[in-house]
Amino acid sequence: MSVGLVGRTLFPLSALASIALAVVAAMSLALPPEHAVLPIGLPDLPMHVRLDALSRIFLLLLGGASAGISVFAAGYFRRGEGTPPGLMCLQYHLFLASMGFILLADDAYAFMVAWETMAISSYFLVTTQHRIPEIRSAGFLYLLIAHVGAISILLTFGVLQGGSWHFTFDAMRAAHLSPAWAAGAFVLAFVGFGAKAGLIPLHVWLPEAHPAAPSPVSALMSGVMLKMAVYGMIRVTFDLLGTPVWWWGLVPLAAGLISAIYGAVFAAVQTDMKRLLAYSSIENLGLAFTGVGLSVVFLGAGMRVPAALALTATLYHCLNHSLMKSLLFLGTGSVLHATGERNLGRLGGLIHRMPWVAWASLVGALAIAGLPPLNGFVSEWLLLQSFLFADRIPHAFVNLLIPMSTALVALAVALAGYVMVKFFGVIFLGQPRESTLAQAHDCGFLERLGLVWLAVGCVALGLAPVQVLGALNHVTRQLTATSLSQQGGPWWLLAPVPTRQVSYGPLVFFLAIALIVALTVFAVRLFYHQRVRRGPAWDCAFGGLTARMQDTAEGFGQPIRNIFQSFFSIERELPTPYDRAPRYRIAITDRIWRGLYEPLGGLVQRVADAIAVLQQGRIAVYLLYSFGTLIVLLALALVP
Amino acid sequence: MNVLEPSISELVTQLLEVVAALAAAPLFLGWVNQCRAWLSNRRAPSIWMPYRNIRKLFDKDAVLAENASPLFRIAPYIVFGTMVVAAAIIPSMGTRLPLVTAADAIALVGLFATARVFLSLAAMDVGTAFGTLGARREMMVGFLAEPALLMVIFGASMISATTALPAISEHLATQSLGIYPSLAFTAIAFTLVLLAENARIPVDNPATHLELTMIHEAMLLEYSARHLALMEWASALRLFNYACIGFALFVPWGIATRTIDPVGLAFSIPVLAAKLAVAGGSLALIETMSAKLRVMRAPEFLATAFLFAVLGLLVHVLLGS
Amino acid sequence: MTHLPFDLQLLNACAALLLLLSFAMLSQRRIVSLVDLLAVQGAVLAAATLLVAWRTGQGHLYFSALLTIALKVVFLPWLLHRLIRRLQVYWDTEPLLNISGTMFVGLVIVVFAFSLAQPITQLASTTMRSAIGIAIAVVLLAFLMMITRRKAMSQVVGFLSMENGLFFGAMSATYGMPMVVELGVALDVLVAMLVLGVFFFQIREQFDSLDLHHLESLKEIE
Repeated sequence: MSVGLVGRTLFPLSALASIALAVVAAMSLALPPEHAVLPIGLPDLPMHVRLDALSRIFLLLLGGASAGISVFAAGYFRRGEGTPPGLMCLQYHLFLASMGFILLADDAYAFMVAWETMAISSYFLVTTQHRIPEIRSAGFLYLLIAHVGAISILLTFGVLQGGSWHFTFDAMRAAHLSPAWAAGAFVLAFVGFGAKAGLIPLHVWLPEAHPAAPSPVSALMSGVMLKMAVYGMIRVTFDLLGTPVWWWGLVPLAAGLISAIYGAVFAAVQTDMKRLLAYSSIENLGLAFTGVGLSVVFLGAGMRVPAALALTATLYHCLNHSLMKSLLFLGTGSVLHATGERNLGRLGGLIHRMPWVAWASLVGALAIAGLPPLNGFVSEWLLLQSFLFADRIPHAFVNLLIPMSTALVALAVALAGYVMVKFFGVIFLGQPRESTLAQAHDCGFLERLGLVWLAVGCVALGLAPVQVLGALNHVTRQLTATSLSQQGGPWWLLAPVPTRQVSYGPLVFFLAIALIVALTVFAVRLFYHQRVRRGPAWDCAFGGLTARMQDTAEGFGQPIRNIFQSFFSIERELPTPYDRAPRYRIAITDRIWRGLYEPLGGLVQRVADAIAVLQQGRIAVYLLYSFGTLIVLLALALVP
Repeated sequence: MNVLEPSISELVTQLLEVVAALAAAPLFLGWVNQCRAWLSNRRAPSIWMPYRNIRKLFDKDAVLAENASPLFRIAPYIVFGTMVVAAAIIPSMGTRLPLVTAADAIALVGLFATARVFLSLAAMDVGTAFGTLGARREMMVGFLAEPALLMVIFGASMISATTALPAISEHLATQSLGIYPSLAFTAIAFTLVLLAENARIPVDNPATHLELTMIHEAMLLEYSARHLALMEWASALRLFNYACIGFALFVPWGIATRTIDPVGLAFSIPVLAAKLAVAGGSLALIETMSAKLRVMRAPEFLATAFLFAVLGLLVHVLLGS
Repeated sequence: MTHLPFDLQLLNACAALLLLLSFAMLSQRRIVSLVDLLAVQGAVLAAATLLVAWRTGQGHLYFSALLTIALKVVFLPWLLHRLIRRLQVYWDTEPLLNISGTMFVGLVIVVFAFSLAQPITQLASTTMRSAIGIAIAVVLLAFLMMITRRKAMSQVVGFLSMENGLFFGAMSATYGMPMVVELGVALDVLVAMLVLGVFFFQIREQFDSLDLHHLESLKEIE
């Protein structure tokens, strides 16, 4: 199958199918849940599927994001990627289909089959360029942690069935678990889905796998696959476990906040553009899980409206992130194809050569930084509003601690702004740091279409929050039996909690800014002039400005490195005065990798070495093993 | 207050606030400089100097670097626009502002963040050493000042159960006079954030000529003519806005709080002028008494602000005052 | 916010000031400033005692306030300043945890102390019962200061600050301790100071420095 066939027909068709899926999901949000039993599966374990509001909203997310990504991929994939294009197309669509099936699954068997398919197809996609050893090891790490998570999820389902030995979700909903078992199921689900979402400390696969994969695959993984973890968490906690206990929510809350700060801090010191985005994904998923945790705490304490608010914030954040992060990953894909560079230290000034990519990425970067009136701000606003209710929680220590932790949310959001300024500024602004960048060219038509689709989605989600809230209300009504009412306010004003007198109208906001900007431009033109002269950069008249005098990526991250020193383990190579060829090198590694994974890996290695003693290589010994086992079993049969 | 049909007096208040902010911001800056000169036993330029500066800059031809992108050209307008919208949301003269329904205090913090991000991006655009240095430092100060400001607003929001700034202001204006330690702590935190965000001593010296010590000035080095004029005006507006936020939160008396109240509105103008005069004098006093911190100490400074804000919140929850 | 009478507002202000002083001591690097902050803390404590005495009319509290001023504002700081000058120890720049980390832990401790105090507040019957949380917080913060400091002098200041917190707690919960107990505690503190003073000279003679990590070498097993 040639690249042309795949690129010009199959991927655009898949994009159209995604759009259709998203439209159908959106229009059917208000409908009641539908069930079906599929004839596929094992002889008396058929697969059940169910379509309810939660599934529909995530199908909308899947369709919307993958439409843009597929259109981009149509123009992106070329020959020489390492895997034949037809095979890659198959893996891509298998990935998409398995994620869709996860959302539909209504029993543990279907869920796990779809989950495993998702993991394996994404593994093959990550190792597309399998000839490169780093990519192979990144894929291996990804698969390993995905399976650790899958084991945990399997155990969750094992606990949830509560003795009935029926693994359908309906049976799990009806099962009554003792508080200890229910808490155990929650923790197991959190570990399993947290591993997939990349929460600390099970995050190490994310910064390896996302850069290793081709950019549309990274976008799909970061934008859609990570949300499957949030879906799973919400499904287990709010749907299968019934009413959660309030203190369960503290676990995702704390882990989410730690992941948010950790991800943002690490993103700020990266020198590879895709690793930066991967760590930024860890931060955003941390915020999503914070919202889930907060919602559980509120629901367990009987505060329904704040719980609905927090859950809405989480779902909105998932929708936002799927668009924003995909947009940025696709942008980096175009940059990679145009320049061949992933290292931030060799990019720069690309806004002149690649305007479409640059302006679309600007929208994505501003959205992730949480600036009004784009969509990132809306979910942040909703989350902060729900934190404002936290002092009413009727439990002693917690009702003070959670308002304090608002500070961490604010810190994470502010750090996201820092990271995005670094990302956009180092890649697209300034002067080109390498002379080869002068040959960079902008992306093709299909890629532009994909980028524009996602950018328009970001803007639309930012300017029309009331409509999105209306859609999300169906979900929260199903899960928490409450929904946020608008109380007859106008369509352009978001006022989720009328008793609090607080509202946000992004359209008015945006129009006000646009009006004032336009008035200023007009007034300046009227009263003065628009004359412009071009000259060399002023640079305080020092002269001799070269591209090496700008900030490097390491340089831009230096304040964060200083302030948050304890998060990193830093290796420095400093030049001495006697060096013939002085070098300055800084390598930043993850402390968790050093402290947790390397010892763990060493332990596994030692256990394996101890067991490997059994492998003697001599046939006599192996026959002795079989003989010995036979004797032991016969002796046991003798025991009355 | 009907959102869909704001009354005439509400619109007048809104417009008046914007016009007053635009007109008075450079004067406020001139006043602060004047006070600083008095305290250092020097002679300052006239109070009207910032106006003359801005007018002179508008007349000039803009000189842009060859590799300046459209982002560089549009950033001053966006920064200026966000500051003007911020001035429209802050209740400096009256609390019945129609635009406030579209943007509450968190959106206000978001507006400042937008201005900061565009300023930093514009500084990185030309690719000089000083621009990127300034951008990096500005984002460093910003990412710590923004949570501190948010905690200050959060503390005030918890007291008033809303995040809409005029509502907070009204609530606090109706409190009886007394000593409120939590508000005192929050006020100290807010002052520290004000000093950091507006590039005042001890975080940054607005009158420095040494590029390696600059934070805010370094980002404006490549701008000239009308772009520089708009940026300077936006900086003055930012200081004015911060001062008005401080008044709204901590000294809210004198702000017109009833809907149809031309007398109240007329009364609020001299009250605002008096508050600004006192605030400008205090700012100059603080600046004269402090020395500029090393840049790497600025995070500690902001961490102190953060601590004060959180302490204010805690003390309020415990003592109820 | 409910309208409190003026003296209660002043008492709340004193309580808040005590908390602020504890945090300030936690972040101070200069030992001379540390002792000065301790003196200010004693002064605020005396002011609070006077206010409570005036409000409730209990005579022994006036005497207690006088004792506080004499001991904690005048005598002990003077003694400590003399020690500092003779031992030539002025800076304590290497805490166990960096300043921001210590502050963060301090905040969590304050939250914990406040939540601890909420049920106690309901049981007490005094007008100042809301300040019990602050008293517990001051004690715990002083304890934290003792843990994270390296120089012996800072640890002594932490110990005295703990005693201040306890005194404030006793006053807000039960309008002060019986006079006998107060005199006994004051005597204990004085004797402790004298003993510690002698102790410091011995440490300095032995190790040539007042850095407490030298004491770690006093082990049987290496």
